Amino acid sequence: MLLSKQTSRRKFLLSSLIALPALGVTMKGLSAAVAAEMIAPSLEAYTPTFFSPAEWTFIMSACDRLIPGEGRGPGALETNVPIFIDQQLASDLGSEIYLEGPFDVNAPATLGYQLPFLPQQIYRKSIAAIEAWCQDTHRQRFALLDPAAQDDVLKKVQAGEVNFTAYGEDILTSKPFFSELLNHTRQGYLADPIYGGNKGMKAWIAIGFPGARASYLEWVAQHNVQYPLGPVSLSGDRG
Amino acid sequence: MSNITNDEVDVVVVGLGWTGSLMSIELAQAGLKVRALERGEDRNNADFTYPKPADQYAYGVRNKIMVTPKDGALTVRHSMRDTALPTRQWGAFVPGTGVGGSGLHWTGVLIRPTPTDIKLKTYADQAYTRGQLEEGMQIGDYPFTWEEIEPYLDKFDKICGLSGNTGNLQGRIIEGGDPFEGPRSSPFPLPALKDTLNNTMFADAARKLGYHPFPNPSANVSQAWKNPYGNQIAPCNYCGYCSKYPCLNYSKASPQTAVLDSLKRMENFSYRTNANVLRVDLHADGKTAKGVTYADAQGNEVFQPAKIVVLAGFQFVNVRLMLLSGIGKPYDPLTGKGTIGRNYAFLSVGGNTLFFKDKQFNPFATAGATGQMFNDISPGNFDGPSLGVIGGAKIHSSQATGTPIGTALPAGTPEWGQGWKESMNDWYGHSMKISISTGCMSYREHYVDLDPTYKDPWGQPLLRITFDWRQNELKLQQYLRGIVRDITKELGPDSFSESFLSMDSHWDITKYVSTHNVGGAIMGDSPETSALNRYLQSWDVHNVFVPGGNAFPQNFQANPTALIGALTLFSAQAIKEQYLKNPGPLVQA
Ligand SMILES: Cc1cc2nc3c(=O)[nH]c(=O)nc-3n(C[C@H](O)[C@H](O)[C@H](O)COP(=O)(O)OP(=O)(O)OC[C@H]3O[C@@H](n4cnc5c(N)ncnc54)[C@H](O)[C@@H]3O)c2cc1C
Ligand code: SF4
Repeated sequence: MLLSKQTSRRKFLLSSLIALPALGVTMKGLSAAVAAEMIAPSLEAYTPTFFSPAEWTFIMSACDRLIPGEGRGPGALETNVPIFIDQQLASDLGSEIYLEGPFDVNAPATLGYQLPFLPQQIYRKSIAAIEAWCQDTHRQRFALLDPAAQDDVLKKVQAGEVNFTAYGEDILTSKPFFSELLNHTRQGYLADPIYGGNKGMKAWIAIGFPGARASYLEWVAQHNVQYPLGPVSLSGDRG
Repeated sequence: MSNITNDEVDVVVVGLGWTGSLMSIELAQAGLKVRALERGEDRNNADFTYPKPADQYAYGVRNKIMVTPKDGALTVRHSMRDTALPTRQWGAFVPGTGVGGSGLHWTGVLIRPTPTDIKLKTYADQAYTRGQLEEGMQIGDYPFTWEEIEPYLDKFDKICGLSGNTGNLQGRIIEGGDPFEGPRSSPFPLPALKDTLNNTMFADAARKLGYHPFPNPSANVSQAWKNPYGNQIAPCNYCGYCSKYPCLNYSKASPQTAVLDSLKRMENFSYRTNANVLRVDLHADGKTAKGVTYADAQGNEVFQPAKIVVLAGFQFVNVRLMLLSGIGKPYDPLTGKGTIGRNYAFLSVGGNTLFFKDKQFNPFATAGATGQMFNDISPGNFDGPSLGVIGGAKIHSSQATGTPIGTALPAGTPEWGQGWKESMNDWYGHSMKISISTGCMSYREHYVDLDPTYKDPWGQPLLRITFDWRQNELKLQQYLRGIVRDITKELGPDSFSESFLSMDSHWDITKYVSTHNVGGAIMGDSPETSALNRYLQSWDVHNVFVPGGNAFPQNFQANPTALIGALTLFSAQAIKEQYLKNPGPLVQA
């Protein structure tokens, strides 16, 4: 099944590359994993609602490193994780947060989220700062770095070592952005496809989760036996 | 926006969750005109038909049916010296909203405290030497005996179709149940749920080590059940979307399945949704309430006159409404005077995750309450006094859900990249947990009051929690770590990871523990040290009754709702039999 999709993968890759020069982006930066696992024509056809074209290249490349196509199991691009993130940010994500001041941004981590920002603001500000940092450090935008260099940037972002203050952010640091990005990437990978990611329920198939079947009276007492059926989704698709 | 006054009712009930539904039906059955006011939306079983609830992202991650922090935040600090900050996102606990409250999406582990748990102060005075327990601890006895409360525990078990094994029937110990439970007047209404693989593995190992495991008592019912209110609850189909999810199968005892179908048919009962109660209004002398004021969806302020006010909005909402309304005297931790806000407590959890390459746990095929536990480490049943700690724990292996977001992976797994992805492939469905859930004592400096800074969207101050871990609870965690390690060794997993509180831990509000917040308006024998008498009646304003976890003088190791339900029914009975005849204080101070 995967092999038969090879042509569409290549087609997608090629058309992406045709689109990229318009943004000043060249072919060099896309990882082998992108080439190998980008099989989703819908990702190609997708026009982001929340992200700008430049931000979108960052999200695509970052997701591709967080859950790469290499190795066993589908990657984030093959499962449309970036679409999930875009759609969530374009929806009411964050509207539930209590955002009244005053804010103590130096509070201990045990007291939880204390930033004066919605997730949408965190993404915008952070992507801009990271891209500026990549320019200063590598003379290159993130999407065009090679995979090892991208991993290195993401590790620094995760550790809070990409200094956002140099780029005009006096409150926001790179750490909370990374944890949001990682959480959303995992969620998009493993949530029901109704939210845009987990395309074809591929992540569920890979790990052996039956999705929304939600009826196991006959199964519960069958111990240590592999469950034989594939997943179903909320919209009734079967994998 | 305008001011409206509703028609007068006999009883206004604030909140239509577990306690509000029970109080409403009991008092409506006595012929009273009852009106419930619920801040959230109306919700019926039909709203949650298959496959709607089978959606981890909506219910498990985004908390689709809980109150938002925007509307329901509290503030939190670790000590009186700190400035409290708001819970901008939910973490350690997640309060409910809407008809059914948290009862719509609770897990359904319905377990009683032991007779020693309800007389903990008496036990402590006998079993510990003076000065042995941590300074500042202020634990109390419940103001009733086991024999007095048991019929109401029994009634709530039957309302829920409690499924499990009987351990102590009228003093006779029965194999397969909990030998440490207090005597029951009647056996469990229904047999236990089916066991999953983790259950049998855990129970075998625990038994080998001398413990007394039994199936988690469950309000996810094992067989069809018709409860005393005439409601039908259907057998659970182990759908795997239970804790935090509304039931898609009529199988989880909830206000909806167990109470509301009958209640809504009663003509003397009515309810309003999107009715956020702002305060209780008192008569000029401050001795009785004349009703409550709520904000409706249009932003009107509506006055609801009533002869009796029941606060049933969940533990911290109840305490907050008392503070906002001037019912009773706010607690002052410096002088120890005042009672409203006194003795806030929570609970702690921890445990091991065990990984087995060659075992299929099928974690998705499960009910919320599925698990086995033992109660050997409860007060009076282990050697707490020689350890210098009081309190206890349930030690259990539960499998509440197998939803994949948040799957535990072996220690050393990278957080992202190919390693994470392949570890998900390799280990999803190949792990089980051994968990602890501990009691939590109350302390002089752990309390709730109104925050001086932060406000809710209606302009009222948020409730402020001052709480942290104390040496007693942390030492208990360390002791339990050893027991869990022994069981883990007995099971021999390929690898395991541990999660316990270290001795220098502070309360972390970002990680989910349980929505078992207790205290703040506790029950007791004296108006000097308690807000409520044994009938959950305010000592200060006699027509205000306050059912909920707020009444617990401290927390025990069992989940709270069995006792919360029983206290509510006990209180309703007293209102019906005593208060209506002679409105006034039911206990003389
Ligand atoms: C995910 C989860 C799992 C749980 N699992 C278990 C378990 O397995 N075992 C157990 O024993 N307990 C469990 N609990 C706890 C259990 O749900 C509560 O103990 C129980 O619901 C408490 O009943 P209550 O009536 O006090 O509160 P609720 O059932 O929450 O009802 C309170 C109601 O009051 C309404 N309200 C609040 N403020 C206002 C206001 N100002 N005006 C109008 N209405 C208001 C709320 O919207 C809500 O509907 C769990 C809780 C959660 C969240
Ligand atoms: S596990 Fe059972 S009780 Fe729980 S939601 Fe599913 S069917 Fe209902």
